[in-house]
Amino acid sequence: MNNYETVFILTPVLSEVQMKEAVEKFTNLLKSEGAEIVNEENWGLRKLAYPIDKKTTGFYQLVEFKANPQTIETLEINFRRDERVIRFLTFRQDKFAAEYAAKRRNLKSAAKETIKETVKEI
Amino acid sequence: MAIQSEIRYLTPPSVDVKKKKYCRFKKSGIKYIDYKDPEFLKKFLNEQGKILPRRITGTSLKFQRRVAQAVKRARHLALLPYVTDLMK
Repeated sequence: MNNYETVFILTPVLSEVQMKEAVEKFTNLLKSEGAEIVNEENWGLRKLAYPIDKKTTGFYQLVEFKANPQTIETLEINFRRDERVIRFLTFRQDKFAAEYAAKRRNLKSAAKETIKETVKEI
Repeated sequence: MAIQSEIRYLTPPSVDVKKKKYCRFKKSGIKYIDYKDPEFLKKFLNEQGKILPRRITGTSLKFQRRVAQAVKRARHLALLPYVTDLMK
């Protein structure tokens, strides 16, 4: 069971519901393949550095998960088949990358808590 | 022809003393270069978006390869442009 992280970009043409449904499709696919999802991040609509098939913005989605190598193949086949996904990159985390990802997650959750606290105080 | 020593310069010739370059990753103990934050990677690109050579940034070979790998991944994900002008 190695750690992987995958980032994929969805076309901006999608409505909010379609976008959620597309993300759900991939996370469910991973779960059905026996992968354990560690973290999910949605960077939302971002401007691309260069147009990808005539589109200049895209929805970025990051998924970190633990899986055995066979599931990556099926995941990538589905990425290629799905026309909503315009670009994807899966990356196997070595021990330094995994450490970094863990630290990043604590940082983010810590940041969220501070926001919650400030909200309570107001 | 004036003898060498006689030539006076208006300003003393500034021979920049050779600054010992160091690998910023080894010094600050960074172990992993993340391809997901383009701001950090931009420090290693010039205005056209090309990767700076080691002789300029002074990074060690091991980390230069990781920087190059991270930049290429970021370019694939359109976080960084392949070629641009006046990116900074």
